[in-house]
Amino acid sequence: MKASATLVKTANFLGLGIFKTLKDLFTGKLEKEEFKNFLRKSIVPLASILLFIGLWHLGAKSLYNKEAEFKIEKALKDQGPEAAEALKLCMASGKSSCQPNTLPSPSQVWKSFNSLLKDHKIISADKAAFAEKTAVLNEQRAADGKTAIVYTGRPSFVDQIFRSLKTVFAGFLLALLIAVPLGIFIGLSPTLKSAFNWFIQIFKPVSPVVWYLLVFMIVKTLLIESNEDSSFTISFISVGLCSMWATLVNTAMGVSSVDKDYINVAKVLKLGTFQKIFKVVLPSSLPLIFTGLKITLSVAWMVLIAIELLAQSPGLGLFVWEEFQNGANDSNAKIIVAMFVIGIIGFLLDRLMLTIQNWVSFDKTDAI
Amino acid sequence: MSIITENKRTKSVLENSSFPSNEVMLDLKDLKKIYPTPKGDYVVLENLNLQIKKEEFVTIIGHSGCGKTTMLSMIAGLNPISGGSISVLGKHIKGPGPDRGVIFQSPSLMPWMTSLENVLLGVNQVFPHATKKERNDVAKYYLQKVGLEDAFHKKASELSQGMQQRVGIARAFAIKPKVLLLDEPFGMLDSLTRGELQDILIEIWNKEKITAVMITHDVDEAIFLADRVVMMTSGPKAKIGDILDINFERPRTRKSVLEHDDYYTYRKHLIDFLEH
Repeated sequence: MKASATLVKTANFLGLGIFKTLKDLFTGKLEKEEFKNFLRKSIVPLASILLFIGLWHLGAKSLYNKEAEFKIEKALKDQGPEAAEALKLCMASGKSSCQPNTLPSPSQVWKSFNSLLKDHKIISADKAAFAEKTAVLNEQRAADGKTAIVYTGRPSFVDQIFRSLKTVFAGFLLALLIAVPLGIFIGLSPTLKSAFNWFIQIFKPVSPVVWYLLVFMIVKTLLIESNEDSSFTISFISVGLCSMWATLVNTAMGVSSVDKDYINVAKVLKLGTFQKIFKVVLPSSLPLIFTGLKITLSVAWMVLIAIELLAQSPGLGLFVWEEFQNGANDSNAKIIVAMFVIGIIGFLLDRLMLTIQNWVSFDKTDAI
Repeated sequence: MSIITENKRTKSVLENSSFPSNEVMLDLKDLKKIYPTPKGDYVVLENLNLQIKKEEFVTIIGHSGCGKTTMLSMIAGLNPISGGSISVLGKHIKGPGPDRGVIFQSPSLMPWMTSLENVLLGVNQVFPHATKKERNDVAKYYLQKVGLEDAFHKKASELSQGMQQRVGIARAFAIKPKVLLLDEPFGMLDSLTRGELQDILIEIWNKEKITAVMITHDVDEAIFLADRVVMMTSGPKAKIGDILDINFERPRTRKSVLEHDDYYTYRKHLIDFLEH
């Protein structure tokens, strides 16, 4: 009983109050008003999801027909009636080689999702087998002071997700380490503020692609002597630099707009600079800093795809690009799978930040 | 605990000496405050002279916008002086400092700290060489004095306005200032809570006898708490218009004050001043 109470509390904390209602529904404790609320919160979103899938299905079908008709007509004109008839039959048989290339339907996307999972299982098994095979050899190599042999096969879709998350967190951490301290200094000192203002105003709107190129120019030269692949370094630095602006601006704003009463208290008590920052300024600007960090994380995740694609750094962005170049018959469906995965992970990251914000912030109402 | 007992000892010495003391604690000389505006200087205060003796409780009353708060924040060191001087025990003040404790109009507690942490913020600053336990004891002592013994570990944001202002009182007394400055501390409270807090304030004050300057809009509050009521003329160029000595014995109770024959004379005096 106590465990379930904690569970409900956690769920509410995460903004998933629906679990409580579900629990009440099964334990029969639901009031009429709550039931209405439950309908609104569960049935309505469910219905809208179904509607979305339905519209998607219809749209994909009509696009498919349009593409198919065009192809058949073209075959008729270029190669004659036999070829057109053969193409029609080929399409109807569902053979993958002659399918029209267009927006995939929901069922195709679901199929691709499953095949990606299956692929992941196969690759994981491969990896495990490889690790087992090389375990003894690697031990030997470690003893001899040589580097271990690592698996260099194709990464699975799930591996790509984790690579992307790694890049995004490294970039986010970089943004946090630069933007929060810098924001505090800028917020505290009007001199620094005017020194940095032009810098912020000019660099804030620069596009991710340009950031990537800039970082590429610098890092390429810096790492010219090392043989290691610098694509990860380049992409996480680019992500960090692209996304840090929201945190920088919000931190500076939060710090410079601390309630005058608190500052007066600090003055009357003659708190030292260090104490003033850590006991008064920082806690009071925490809500705004977190709003900035939340935007930073979502921007980081958004630009990541474009940057991975440019940097050829493994991850979801590269996956999408490779599938697009690949042009296999299920490539489009795989791209859509990646799109949903990217969206859902973005949503989860946002929730994560909200949870942390609720945890550390004194003013619970500020969390948006 | 030693800080408290030490304080009691110094206090008992003071109690043996003649009371009220004639030593000047706070001295405002030809005080002037000017705000420059595009249309020329705006003179808020001019030629303001006031001497406040040790262990005296002075209330300041005057119309809104006459410069009372400006004067108080200048004494606190939060607002620069345009002319004249302010000295505490003969020494000119330079900026704010914990020798002049302030109780602000809004409680101004750090909402992310507990009431104990809020009081400790000041205590740690003023008694850096005391042990952690001693500082805790001081903070708890004053919180208990304002009736918050059950709320040591409550976050300030969870307390009601009245309770927050109690913490504000505890914080101001706990740093043992030479002068206590109160800027309409009960202005934002309902009348019932205001009465309660006046009683608490005067009870602690009777024990500690810290020289106090309090701004108020409330005539009854001014009479109940003060040894002298200072009336300020309306701005611009506000100065002291009149001073009224309140000769009620201390410790006072609200009842004894209200039933005193002079009460209505005092009240009439103040209201006459304010209405002209």
